[in-house]
Amino acid sequence: MSNVNVPHLLLSRHRWRWPEIAFWLAAFACLLMPSKHLILNEIAILALFALSLDLILGYAGIVSLGHAAFLGAGAYIAGLFAIHVNGDPLLGLLAAAAACGVLGFITSFLVLRGSDLTRLMITLGVALLLGEIANRAAWLTGGADGLQGITMGRLLGLFEFDLYGRTSFTYSLVVLFVLFLLARRLIHSPFGHSLTAIRDNPLRAAAVGIPVKRRLIAIYTFAAIYAGIAGALLTQTTQFVGLDVLSFQRSADVMLVVIIGGAGYLYGGLIGALGFKFLQDWLSALTPQYWHFWIGLILVALVLIGRDRPRRLLHSVQKYVTNRWQSLTGSKAAGSSTGGA
Amino acid sequence: MVTLLFDGLAYGMLLFVLACGLSVTLGLMNFINLAHGAFAMAGGYITVVLTSRAGVPFLAALPIAFLASAALGLLFERTLYVHMYDKSHLDQVLFSIGLVFMAVAAIDYVMGSQQQFITLPDYLQGRLDIAGAGIGRYRLFIVVLCGVLAALLQWILVSTRFGSRLRAAVDDQRVARGLGINVGAIFALTFAAGSGLAGLGGALGAEILGLDPNFPLKFMIYFLIVVTVGGTSSITGPFLASLLLGIADVAGKYYIPALEPFIIYTLMIVVLILRPQGLFARAR
Repeated sequence: MSNVNVPHLLLSRHRWRWPEIAFWLAAFACLLMPSKHLILNEIAILALFALSLDLILGYAGIVSLGHAAFLGAGAYIAGLFAIHVNGDPLLGLLAAAAACGVLGFITSFLVLRGSDLTRLMITLGVALLLGEIANRAAWLTGGADGLQGITMGRLLGLFEFDLYGRTSFTYSLVVLFVLFLLARRLIHSPFGHSLTAIRDNPLRAAAVGIPVKRRLIAIYTFAAIYAGIAGALLTQTTQFVGLDVLSFQRSADVMLVVIIGGAGYLYGGLIGALGFKFLQDWLSALTPQYWHFWIGLILVALVLIGRDRPRRLLHSVQKYVTNRWQSLTGSKAAGSSTGGA
Repeated sequence: MVTLLFDGLAYGMLLFVLACGLSVTLGLMNFINLAHGAFAMAGGYITVVLTSRAGVPFLAALPIAFLASAALGLLFERTLYVHMYDKSHLDQVLFSIGLVFMAVAAIDYVMGSQQQFITLPDYLQGRLDIAGAGIGRYRLFIVVLCGVLAALLQWILVSTRFGSRLRAAVDDQRVARGLGINVGAIFALTFAAGSGLAGLGGALGAEILGLDPNFPLKFMIYFLIVVTVGGTSSITGPFLASLLLGIADVAGKYYIPALEPFIIYTLMIVVLILRPQGLFARAR
């Protein structure tokens, strides 16, 4: 163990690898498929939402049953902001992010209390509470009819939101990419490493001098902002907000998204969103009304089989291709196969 | 006022019968079972089918609902849950949510999504006048039955050999194992009994709480509150927590109807701020 160069090891994880570059190239190549822009937009938003959950679930180990609280809050705030204040999309995005940051900060103090069980109760309770408020405050939110009459201005004053989702998808994808870069930077910083330490053993993390509570508050707030932005994107690109953005179903679905893709390596949420949408499309075509049965079955099966299997498969594919590539080119780049943990 | 208190009492008692199984299994195996409500729903639907389609009298249907849900619980515990005990809480949550989704969709498919009603026998309908306060006969029936059940559970837990084994296993599983207590068997039995009680609660509560395929999702938060507020180390904790929740909810509905849905959440948050380990739990 003594001859492991720690700073070098940490830095090597930070470096961009070819699968990551290929992933983002493929994502931006999707802009060339105009007929699929609407569903791709949904996938990008879901991916951002899942990325947000991954930050607290995969990195900080907080199990949340009500992450939709922030998605919904962001969605409603972006909608209300567009109606009552200003139709500019980016300003709306900022407003939603700020509001959800405050909400996340306040609720984080409740979430930090107690065990996993209390966390489940609190996160679920907060989401239900917000859902009930949105339902009751019909004069503001439109209640069960949803928030209507949202008209968005042009993006950057130039691009109009069209019916085919071209602007929408480009907008969502760029926001997703920028926020992803930020999250990636954060996760590979000392702050990010301290989070993983807390997840693996809070007691030991506290013992080596990590301020556990403050770190958890910070990441929870940060994740809330991400989820709020995802909600704002949802509102701005569909120009409608329904009560279902706060539903338990949303929270459970996003959990499944992260689990499908694998928690704790940032790409899990993005890959999971893709997988989930295809799954949803396929299942709801099969049995329109009862597709949640199959979602449930998949959850149960995934847990029983072991949910890190898909991720391990992905890792071994990456290793195989890298090794293949190296043996083909004959170059032996130093330490490039010391993969992430 | 007395009527109101009594309604809240009945409501709370129902919650207790529904949730006590969850608190014991949680304390025993540290297993978070969000699918507990699915067993309650099973009991409710069994009663509906028995009374309205097979013509079984209501009182005879109740024990059948209990036994059937218990059998269902035992079956699931032995085949599925048993693999989940040493997994992380996240896995347990995902697993049990998966079960809830399946149960909800399956019931929706078989029975339809509409609300189900149980026709009560004549002698349980109407009101009694006791000391000037109107008290529903069915509410009285629930309070008496659930009170007897709670007393019975307390007796089993405190005074029987099974109860002392159970308490030993809850306190320290490894030492209990070392003393030759078969923790697995105790857990299976407790799980079955808890599911059975949930089923009974579902059957009794169909009239008051309503019964439709979304039942396990709708009441998940109630169960969680009862268990976290009451703690998992005894049966009196969840009992008092249920009563508190029931009375607060009913009183809130009556006095400030506009704020009705917010009462329980406020209660939850206040309790959590004051006592993070739960109102009646020993600090660990």
